[in-house]
Amino acid sequence: MAILSQSRYARPPRWSGQAIIYALLIVGGIVMVIPFVWMLATSLKPATEVFLGNFFPIEPTLGNYDAVLKKVPFARWYLNSLIVAALTTLSVAFFDSLTGFALAKYEFRGKNLIFVFILSTLMVPTEMLIIPWFILSNNLNWVDTYWGIMFPGVITAFGVFLMKQFFEGVPSELLDAARIDGVSEFGLFWRIAMPLVKPALAALCIFNFLGNWNAFLWPVIITEKMDMRTVPVGLAFFSGEAGSSWELIMAGASMATIPVLIVFLFFQRQIIKGIALTGLKG
Amino acid sequence: MALSARGLSLGQRRAIWAYIFLLIPLSFFITIRFAPTLFAMSVSLFRWDILSSNKPWMGLKNYETLFADPVFWQSLTNTLLYVALSVPLQLVSGLFFALLLQAGARWRGFFRALYFIPFVTSTVAISWVWRWIYEPTFGPLNKLLAVAGLPEQKFLASPDQALASIVVAIVWQALGFYVIIFLAGLEAIPHDFYEAAKIDGARAWDLFRHITLPLLNPTIVFLTVIGTINAIQVFTQVLNMSFQGTGGPLNSTKSLVLFIYQQAFKSFKMGYASAGTVVLFGLILVITIIQLRVTTRRVEY
Repeated sequence: MAILSQSRYARPPRWSGQAIIYALLIVGGIVMVIPFVWMLATSLKPATEVFLGNFFPIEPTLGNYDAVLKKVPFARWYLNSLIVAALTTLSVAFFDSLTGFALAKYEFRGKNLIFVFILSTLMVPTEMLIIPWFILSNNLNWVDTYWGIMFPGVITAFGVFLMKQFFEGVPSELLDAARIDGVSEFGLFWRIAMPLVKPALAALCIFNFLGNWNAFLWPVIITEKMDMRTVPVGLAFFSGEAGSSWELIMAGASMATIPVLIVFLFFQRQIIKGIALTGLKG
Repeated sequence: MALSARGLSLGQRRAIWAYIFLLIPLSFFITIRFAPTLFAMSVSLFRWDILSSNKPWMGLKNYETLFADPVFWQSLTNTLLYVALSVPLQLVSGLFFALLLQAGARWRGFFRALYFIPFVTSTVAISWVWRWIYEPTFGPLNKLLAVAGLPEQKFLASPDQALASIVVAIVWQALGFYVIIFLAGLEAIPHDFYEAAKIDGARAWDLFRHITLPLLNPTIVFLTVIGTINAIQVFTQVLNMSFQGTGGPLNSTKSLVLFIYQQAFKSFKMGYASAGTVVLFGLILVITIIQLRVTTRRVEY
């Protein structure tokens, strides 16, 4: 006891300082989480309880989820989002790396020009390209197809820039040694260089998958059929038509949110690291 | 230089491989990024109604109409308001919580994850949750105000409060990203700097003003630019949180991108909308140039 109180007296500002810090962090944490709790609580309330004053449901029910699934093809939207985000991410992982590798590890005429050209496309906002993309898609019958949703994002300038930076860290001597061993140029990229930039590649994939999974502006324009919507687009239309049936809207929002939350809880360390890495390199 | 059977040097053969690797990506950037940029600019010079085959040349008429359109000016002003409100709020709150997290080391991983949750979840879902939170008569926020004895607020239904209410939701969702980037910036500052200053008798506020802030300068510049460009392009939150998705009430929340979206995909005036996108492009270009100026002039400490 004596030792404890002594040490407390020795550093009083530190102890109270820590208490204030944790108190503020907890208040912040509550503010971050409470909208999700409210969403879930509402989604479990029978319609008769929604406009009562209680925060948590008195008689919790899963009926709202059932009702949403009967009204709209939520499972199909899931499948669409998954296909679009997965395929786009695979394509980005391959082509952004290949481009970054070529720009980092080869000497050829026009190299700088090509790099600056690719980077300069970053300055043009997506909104400016959406009208030409839509006219193009309309003419080529890409409306309401997976390719139509995906094509603007299958290669990204940002990813090229990121991967180029990381491939520059791969020693050229290593590649030359592999060449002597008879590895093909594509083999150099695929089997020698790619495994060395895995952290960057993982970060790019996470960043890209999240971006495509949550994308709204382009998918809302290129999809017209109910069955071709992605989760965010479907949810937006459903909620817009649900009027004040907040219990149904919150059930829909929960269905859109919960799987992402579960994935995040499992991989939060990698996801946060990845976002920090891509954010800093950008 | 060693010549191969086909009479090409090693360097030339490698260069050919590089061109092969770049063939598909380069075609992509030319057809899907570069050509559409030029096309958007040219579309802005026509009356381009997607439903009619007649697309007459307009010259700069679309721009004249645009600059005479009060709704365009309102959405431009709103967009600048989104920037002016959200960017400083995100920077200050992001830095505040990053400093707290750095000081409260024991639960850092846990709180970091907690603050980051909104950033990874769907903006559409979150917008609807906030819309329900703001609900004028039955929403929990007004219930809370009632408990505190404060008058009921209209939030999204009031032309004076709607934009600020949306900004709160935007800042809430983006906060985790700012915290993470600030934390990475803070961790990059060498500990010796603080130790040395403490020996010289510096107080916490001095440390923050004379070491932390100047050394965080690159991070602050980066986040300011990212935040500004994101806020200029605000769309999803406005479409999902404003009444009937029209940027109301009374256009008080309508952003430039929502204005463009409505012109192009609700009224099908592609030419007119394209003129709007060219203005948006100009805005972002100006910010990028300012960013380049600032970052190249950056002082090394």
